[in-house]
Amino acid sequence: MAPTPRLNFDTRWEYAPAPESSDFIRLLPQYDHFIGGKFVPPVEGKYFPTLNPANGNTLASVADGSAADIDKAVKEARKAYEKYWSRMSPTDRGKYIFRIARMIQERAREFAVIESLDGGKPIRESKSVDIPLAAAHFFYYAGWADKLEYAFPNRRPVSLGVAGQIIPWNFPLLMAAWKLAPALACGNTVVLKPAETTPLTALKLAELIQDADLPPGVVNIVTGAGATGAALVNHPGVDKIAFTGSTEVGKIIQRATASTSKKITLELGGKAANIIFEDAPLDQAVEGIINGIYFNQGHVCCAGSRLFVQESVEEIVVQKLKDRMETLIVGDPLDKNTDIGAINSRAQLEKIEAYIELGKNEGAEFYQSNCPVPQNGGNWCRPTLFLHASQSHRIVQEEIFGPVLAVQSFRTVEEVIEKANNTYYGLSAGVWTDKGSKIFKLTNQMRAGVIWANTYNKFDPTSPFGGYKESGFGREGGLHGLAAYLKLN
Amino acid sequence: MTIDQVSVEERVARLSSRSIKNESKLHALKLSLSMLDLTTLAGNDTPGKVRQLCYKAAHVHDAFPGLPTVAAVCVYPTLVKVARKALEGTPIKVASVATAFPSGQASREVKLDDTRFAVGEGADEVDMVISRGRFLQGDYTFVFDEIASVKEACGPAHLKVILETGELSTLDNVRKASDIAMEAGADFIKTSTGKVQPAATLPVTLVMLEAIRDYYYRTGRMVGMKPAGGISTAKLALQYLVVLRETLGEAWLTPDYFRFGASSLANDLLMQILKQTTGVYQSIDYFSKD
Repeated sequence: MAPTPRLNFDTRWEYAPAPESSDFIRLLPQYDHFIGGKFVPPVEGKYFPTLNPANGNTLASVADGSAADIDKAVKEARKAYEKYWSRMSPTDRGKYIFRIARMIQERAREFAVIESLDGGKPIRESKSVDIPLAAAHFFYYAGWADKLEYAFPNRRPVSLGVAGQIIPWNFPLLMAAWKLAPALACGNTVVLKPAETTPLTALKLAELIQDADLPPGVVNIVTGAGATGAALVNHPGVDKIAFTGSTEVGKIIQRATASTSKKITLELGGKAANIIFEDAPLDQAVEGIINGIYFNQGHVCCAGSRLFVQESVEEIVVQKLKDRMETLIVGDPLDKNTDIGAINSRAQLEKIEAYIELGKNEGAEFYQSNCPVPQNGGNWCRPTLFLHASQSHRIVQEEIFGPVLAVQSFRTVEEVIEKANNTYYGLSAGVWTDKGSKIFKLTNQMRAGVIWANTYNKFDPTSPFGGYKESGFGREGGLHGLAAYLKLN
Repeated sequence: MTIDQVSVEERVARLSSRSIKNESKLHALKLSLSMLDLTTLAGNDTPGKVRQLCYKAAHVHDAFPGLPTVAAVCVYPTLVKVARKALEGTPIKVASVATAFPSGQASREVKLDDTRFAVGEGADEVDMVISRGRFLQGDYTFVFDEIASVKEACGPAHLKVILETGELSTLDNVRKASDIAMEAGADFIKTSTGKVQPAATLPVTLVMLEAIRDYYYRTGRMVGMKPAGGISTAKLALQYLVVLRETLGEAWLTPDYFRFGASSLANDLLMQILKQTTGVYQSIDYFSKD
């Protein structure tokens, strides 16, 4: 058979740079903790820098939270809970949350640019996904604030008290919204710890909350790294811990809270199967593969990082995928045409590169797109494939959290269900077929919290999100997301 | 091959948000101009009208030197001879619609005669219409045979096959008709006659380009694409080019493999080219209407 012809995407017609303006962004050189409605310096006086991963420049320095800072924040949160928030009429609580939602929309462009500066994600994604969804979460839960008794008929829902919330660096503002909106709607007060590499939009949110005139102490934001998070988890004044992040840290949190009365919810890692059947709309499935693994540089807990392609279409799907990868633009996160931005941190880049080495050593066939990447000290990684991977490869089993896709073939529905479920994770999955009955057969047997059919990475505040097995427990979003912040008497 | 309409629309929306600026924009505007099939297909077309259009085709805006000519002038068969003469000495091709355009409701003999007449009068390219009724009846063999026999009647002339996607209802049908046309020998596949709404759309064009891609993967033969009807602004033309660039790449970014069937697009492209070069918009009265 003649070799299949390849397409050439190295065109004479190149897109000129189209950077989003960032002149209007006002960042302070230094940020303090947001405690009791005011910005207060850290007790121990320590700060750490937050960097722009696209060039390594320092954007600002932020307070490094100690146990003493956490203690202050929890006490302020308790005071606000008892004095204001639990006593306020639910309708008024709803009004405050609606106000936050509207103000996020008003400042959407500012939030989007800062999100891309601090986290490295393409501005197109910050503008079209992160910020609008964050506002949508506040809008959605604001509506529930005075309807909790309708959400849980014949029960009396009661708030928990002070919630400690720890969020990751992949969707900084959106994760803050996922955590804050239901907690506040249910009448709890909050101490939130953003990730150490991406604290800026949470601190901008603190400014917004100040402008929204929320009672002091209802939302407190303490910045820092793992030790700060540990102090929050271990603080006896916290009634609830909500964590999104790595499975490793999730296990530590579960151990730490085991002998306490703290309620916990954990949203952890994933290694989702994205399954392409021979009767799928293949060109659209290829878009789904790209979106599944290269969205947000692959820094997505529900990323479709294990691709299963039915053997009869494997060759053509891989060819289409390789050609499609050549059109992905890697580079300046602030450029409107960028598809893949900067890897969030140097440490994460090193982890991804280690997995790429591992994949090569394990014997999977390595393929990377030929796109140029900036040579400027930023954290860049070309979109990567590993073909002919095996279930036993570590790159198939472990979460890489980067733009690296492991591709396997399968032959029958039974085989792919078994392989897709053969993981210690279970957060999400994707299935591509033109046949509705096949979708239902598969979704009924998959052990994954979210399953997308003929689409991928679709999020909506009305839809619950959460995992099976080591992907965590508890649900965020939708009606289910309320239950995590209530006692149901 | 099945098509998922929702995903196609998402992909098109995503590609349409590409930001094309500065020298990149100027390059694309000039490229679009060179890909134009300047078209007049009205019942009241006359030799005089066609001659004026042909002059425009070769001299799109003499006040601004350095512009390309358009790719072709597209007329009814009876006016091919006029266009042929008017375009003598230019690289511009003469395209003729044929096969009982636009409805295609005629016997095979009439359609083949129509084609042979157009080619005999000097058409370089023939734009035929498929029998949509037969296609929707499921008579794919009829549709295939008809295209193959028209291709034969074309002789050396290039064959563009109009699917009239506005009458095919689904993207699955668009895909199927594209595959049939290419297998039957089409040199180009074309969306629309311009006489039916909707005419060309970005989702339909993407599906057809993907069909061309699969055919190329399978056979190594490059088939051209011509969206026609409803593309009247430079902004929209650039969105088509982005879809083309990111679906088929460099080899198709030429008038040999991509055409716009349009008439009013030319002046908008000219306006934008001049704006891009001089920094200011000029009144529409500075551009000739033919």
